[in-house]
Amino acid sequence: MDGIHDMGGTEGWGTVSIDPDEPVFYEPWEAKAFAFGALSARLSGTNLDAMRHAIDRQHPYDYLVDGYYGRWLGCVETLLVDSGVLAPGAVEARARKLRGEDVTEPPTPTPHKPDYQPTGPGSLRAVDTPPRFGVGDRVRAKEHAPSGHTRLPRYVRGHEGTVVAVQPAQVLPDTHAHFKGENAQHVFAVKFDSDELWGEGAEPFALTIDLYDDYLETAP
Amino acid sequence: MTAIPHAPNRPDAALRAEALESLLLEQGLIDPKVIDGLIRTYEHDVGPLNGAKVVARAWTDPEYKERLLADGTAAVGEFGFKGPQGEHIEVIENSPSVHNVVVCTLCSCYPWPLLGLPPAWYKDPAYRSRVVREPRKLLGEMGLDLGDDVEIRVWDSSSEVRYFVLPERPAGTDGLSEEELIPLITRDAMVGVGRVANPA
Repeated sequence: MDGIHDMGGTEGWGTVSIDPDEPVFYEPWEAKAFAFGALSARLSGTNLDAMRHAIDRQHPYDYLVDGYYGRWLGCVETLLVDSGVLAPGAVEARARKLRGEDVTEPPTPTPHKPDYQPTGPGSLRAVDTPPRFGVGDRVRAKEHAPSGHTRLPRYVRGHEGTVVAVQPAQVLPDTHAHFKGENAQHVFAVKFDSDELWGEGAEPFALTIDLYDDYLETAP
Repeated sequence: MTAIPHAPNRPDAALRAEALESLLLEQGLIDPKVIDGLIRTYEHDVGPLNGAKVVARAWTDPEYKERLLADGTAAVGEFGFKGPQGEHIEVIENSPSVHNVVVCTLCSCYPWPLLGLPPAWYKDPAYRSRVVREPRKLLGEMGLDLGDDVEIRVWDSSSEVRYFVLPERPAGTDGLSEEELIPLITRDAMVGVGRVANPA
């Protein structure tokens, strides 16, 4: 989806500062959100790609205001509600109750986890077919803009680059996040020149990104 | 799928985390010991010290460095470094003429087994957006000035491959042992937004 999460090349964010004394977690709730997030795929009967998509689906306003672990918290809630482990609004109702409001909490629903079983651990898979592209091949990132999950960011779509490595084959996030099959396929590290991405006058540098076979076509 | 809409005046994150925890505990879905264990692991055990050990070994053992660059996952596995976000590690080497820097523009993918959880700057929209558009300017703002003769290579972690930068060994460290080198090696150098400073 073309959401707030797809930040590559967007402008207006200002500068970055490094906090040399940064703790792993600034607040105890961040640590909890991290732990719930780490367990969320198991608790909801989903997977890592579904989790990333649940983060992408946080409301753009919340995505920015909540920060990294706030998004994790939101994504855990989204996954658990999607799987019927929690009722919609259950977290908010409980939170309001905890702060002393008189609220009626929704009843616990019957879970309806997705019909999903991974064929193996993690995301890497063996693929029998030979890779479609080799190192040195010129490729173009498709103008692929699904409303669901994808790992093809907007800033490379439609642009041409060169394959610099054939990466291990992996499940395709676009279908895996939606429990529509693993579609394990080859992944290619593709190098783009900065002026191809950002036009004449761009800072000179090379950008390399891993792109799944489905995202690519031979450069015309 | 159900999207949870943004609601104004919603309870703050700390309260929502507490609410979520109480709901999950009530259903018997989480074990507080597991939660505490996960938090403790990433607060105390898994962090940039792991990556620093790998870098110090690569600087002092040419055969190890060769293995690390050829098969990062296996070479860091020699230290026992593996786990979530470490399924496939690729090590990219900085040199006087090439500087590598890593980002995840779509979320904040990061090589947890080697560096722990990502720092705030890595997750900052400003970093995620600008390092793929004006890396030299951004790195300069972050305190790393690269000469015009240095080629910048930016790596966007969009698949399950996790990139790890092998920084340059600073001059003046020839006499130092692997153990003595470890504390010099910073997280920021292993992501590519800093250099390892000369200890002198």
